[in-house]
Formats: sequence, structure tokens, C-alpha cells
Amino acid sequence: MDLPVNEPSPRVVAGGGAGSCGARPGQSGGLTDAIRARIEDHPCYSEDAHHHFARMHVAVAPACNIQCHYCNRKYDCANESRPGVVSELLTADQAVRKTLAVATRIPQMSVLGIAGPGDPLANPERTFEVFRQLAQKAPDIKLCVSTNGLMLPRHVEDLCRYHIDHVTITINCVDPDVGARIHPWIFWQNRRVRGRQAAAILVEQQQLGLEMLSARGILVKVNSVLIPGVNDAHLPEVSRVVRARGAFLHNVMPLIARPEHGTFYGVMGQRSPQPVELQAVQDACSGDMKMMRHCRQCRADAVGMLGEDRGAEFTLDRIETMDVDYEAAMAVRREVRAEIAARLAARRASGPTPAVSSAVLRANPQVVRFHSRATKPAAPAGRPVLMAVAARNGVVAVHFGHAREFLIYEASAAGCRLIGHRRVESHCAGAESCGEAESVLARTIELLVDCEVLLCARIGYEPWGQLAAAGIQPNGEHAMQAVEEAVMAVWQQMLAAGKLTVARTGARRA
Amino acid sequence: MAFTIVASCVNCWACVPLCPNQAIQVEQPHFVIRAGSCTECVGDFAAAQCASICPIEGAIIDELGKALNPPGSLSGVPPERWALAQAEIAAR
Repeated sequence: MDLPVNEPSPRVVAGGGAGSCGARPGQSGGLTDAIRARIEDHPCYSEDAHHHFARMHVAVAPACNIQCHYCNRKYDCANESRPGVVSELLTADQAVRKTLAVATRIPQMSVLGIAGPGDPLANPERTFEVFRQLAQKAPDIKLCVSTNGLMLPRHVEDLCRYHIDHVTITINCVDPDVGARIHPWIFWQNRRVRGRQAAAILVEQQQLGLEMLSARGILVKVNSVLIPGVNDAHLPEVSRVVRARGAFLHNVMPLIARPEHGTFYGVMGQRSPQPVELQAVQDACSGDMKMMRHCRQCRADAVGMLGEDRGAEFTLDRIETMDVDYEAAMAVRREVRAEIAARLAARRASGPTPAVSSAVLRANPQVVRFHSRATKPAAPAGRPVLMAVAARNGVVAVHFGHAREFLIYEASAAGCRLIGHRRVESHCAGAESCGEAESVLARTIELLVDCEVLLCARIGYEPWGQLAAAGIQPNGEHAMQAVEEAVMAVWQQMLAAGKLTVARTGARRA
Repeated sequence: MAFTIVASCVNCWACVPLCPNQAIQVEQPHFVIRAGSCTECVGDFAAAQCASICPIEGAIIDELGKALNPPGSLSGVPPERWALAQAEIAAR
């Protein structure tokens, strides 16, 4: 599929940004086969995979070498799912044991990441000891690391040595003036450096590290935190620059800031972006690069499928008592993977989104698919519709009242695409500390106000009425169907009923 | 002369490998500096290493009890603003 893509200005990386991966992502409007093969079982990188594969983070990296205004190193709360929050710090040996235990109990587990709670590369001994042992003991598990990038150039060789598959760099800016409003200080060459000077060093090291990784064929994803009024207008530029340096995916995440988090942004009243703002920035960035819409901003000790956290099942005292026969577990995992791969292949072949050919689908798994807008077929009948889905493992399987999050899909003649997910509960579930007067239902409706349809397995009478009154049509007819099939079926129904040639009716605007 | 780590320390380990004298001990409930070993980095570094990476305001004090990183100096949050936010949260 050839898409109009603005090629970045002259290549920054001498010697091939994509390393061994052949053609650069973007040149062909999608990912190369090699990259696709490398991410197809990675729940964080592949939207398809995230319905089927699990991941875990081990919290072995407590130290950090920079300060971000959205982070508070003091807090650890079980109700928090912000990145950087963690309940139990592990030694390298404990982390290895936990990984093997989880990979035995959750055979869908395909990825082990180290993401904090500080910066993994500010704790190189622990981080690389975990990687060293796991590369030996669990060779079928992909290893990844997430970093602020400050120490990245120094550790690129180590990352190659242990066959780290993917690296995520949090890059919130490429302009030090913007950076100074996000990162008040860094620790650099034995001193604390502040302000613009600090941001300039951070930006330089991040970009250098990104180039070095790309040149060695390590896949790099860039995470950016969207901070309204600080870097929202700047992020399309970030997207353009990091793509030019070889990043294969850009993930724009919303700032999470509340006064009770004790962060600079939380206390100073910096607001978090609304879902529509996030979507607008993601759309503005995706003209330049592939975007991720299914990220759940996991904790640094998250365990399980994206959107769930089974960490409590694998605390230190519990894993001590678990029997781990790793050879047997690996065999089980091989089977589970083959089964999932077959299911995904079958689904792709049958073409869940009718308006797009299966060949196009095969060539473009969802997460890496460019906007359907850009590939709109000749006769687009009917306007696009946003739908919220209460899903589990890619199926419309959740009761409305039990849903902790909704996946938001846009259905159109070009097929359907995931544009994000929205959490229903506030990030802090403790009602005493975070409770607000509005009811959960009212907040849910507020959150989904731009959606016309809500797909769920079942729904109660009361919420049905309130949703319908707000212009969000609940629909329980597709329970246990694959999400994309269900979304497209509803859209086709609406089209046939003539609802899509006229504007949305009955919507209550926010 | 020696610095002291106090109760607000969150045991993040950042300071431990930086100390030129290996004076920082990993202990519960919080890490401590062995007074006999601490030189305040004089002769080794221009700035005390533990205090230069510590993310917690007030967690390291000098012999006079003065915080090496006073309130507001790391987070950028003015102390009065911090107090206001805490009061608002408490009032909920």
C-alpha cells in the first residue's frame, strides 16, 4: 500500500537507520516483514497481539537520574496504575524467579520489560543481571527496556549483548526550552544540572541513543507524555524528528496529574488532556509516523494482559511457594503461541473489516496501519462512527457495569480502527482519597460522549436508559463476538438503516 | 564532618553507588550514612554526590541540621503552594 508520506529531511543516521531490517518503515507505508515478525507477539507494540499475549514488568530499577514534573518518587499506592509506581522492589535474582513463575502460570506471556520504577539504565547492574540470566533461562521471552535516554548511548553495547529486542525511550520534546518546563533537573557528570541546560543535555543524549540503537537494528518506540499547554503543539515535531532518526513507533500518552499524586503538575494545577485532545494530537502526529492507540500506561510492576494487573498473584512470598518446571512451561507456551498465531492468521485471512482486502490487512496489522482516512476507498458511503466497546481478549465479553475500560473504535467504509481506550474508574480507585461527587455512571457517560454506540456483553436497565438519553446507543447483541466484526456489523446496520448519511442525532455535547 | 540521611528517604538507591567512600548503608526503614566514612565528598567532587542525585527534598541534612535540598528546590513547587494543596486534599 503506497501512502503519501512526507519523507524526513536528509537521513541523520549514516549506515542505515533500520539496520538489518531492510526498507525503512514509512517508505512503504507500513512495516517491513522483518519488523512485523518481531512485534507480532508483543502486546505493547502490536495492537493485534495485545488481545492475546501478556507481558510483565519487573521492578528492579529504583534509582533515577532525572526529575520529571509528572513523577513523584515518594508514592507507592496499590490503587495507582501510573507508570513509575510500584509496590515491591526486587533484587535481580528475585526478578528472574518471578519472571519464570509468571511465564509458567500465564503461558500467553511473551515479553519481560524493565521499566522502573526509576530509570533502568540508571541501575545498570541490576537491569543487566536480570537480562543476562533470562537470556539464558528463558530464551523464548522477549526482553525490553524503557528509559529516559540519558544514559542510553553508554549502554547501547550492553543492550546488544543481551539481545534486547525493543527499547522504549520517553521523549517529551526535542526543544530544550520545552524540556525545561517538563524536566527541572538531571544528574549528569557528577552534578545536578538544572533548567534549559539540563534539558539540552537530555535531548541530545536521547537523540544520540535513538540513532545508535536504530543503526544496530534494535527496534525503538518513542513514548511522549502529552502535557496540554506545554508540549501539545510541539509533539508533531517530536514525531517527525524521532522518525527521521529511526524510531518505528510513536506512542503519545496522556498526562496523569492530580493534586494527591504530589507531583509538580498535580500540585500546580496542570490539567490532564481530555480524550478528544489526546486523539487530536495523536492524529496530528500520525501523519508522520505510526501511532499506538492501545497503550495502557502500565505500572513498573504490572503483570498480565494489557489493561489487567495480576501482580498481586505473584508477590515474593507467593512465588517462593510456586513450583516452576521451566522446560515444561516453555513447551506449553510454544503450543499456546502456535494456537494464537493460527487464530490471528485465520482472522486476518477472513478479513474482519470488510471494506479492506485481506491482502492489505496482512500487510498492515492494525497498530501499524496508517489512517484509514489516507486509504479511503473510492465510494465512501456513510460517515465514520465512534463506538465504545467493553472487551476482553479481543471479544465483546464484558458486562457494562463491570468494565474498567472501554476500547474506542472508529468504524467507517474503510474498515475499523482502534483510536484509544478510556478508563472508567479514576486512576486512583480509593474512594476516600480520590472520590468525587459525580456518580460513576455520569462520569462514564461524560467520558464516552463522543461515541454513538456502546458494545458490551450485557447492560442493566438503568444505565441503558441514561446512555441512550445521552445519545450513546447501548448494544448487547454482539456478545462474545470478535470486537472488529461486531463494530463493523453495527456500522453496516446503521448504514443500511440510513443513519450514516445524516449527522448524528440525539447527542448530548460535553 | 558528615551528612545524615533522615526518615523522608525513600530508599531509591540512587546515592549508593555514587559515594566515593562507600559510606551509604542499605538499611531499614531507610538508608543511612556512616558518619565515620563520610567526607562530604571534599577532595573528590565539587558537589556532594548523594545530595546531587537525591530526588527527595530534605532527605539529606548537614551537621547543622540544614537540608541540602530545601523544600521547593527539587520539585519546583513553592512550599506555600504545597501546603495549600495538602490542605485542600485533607478538606475533601
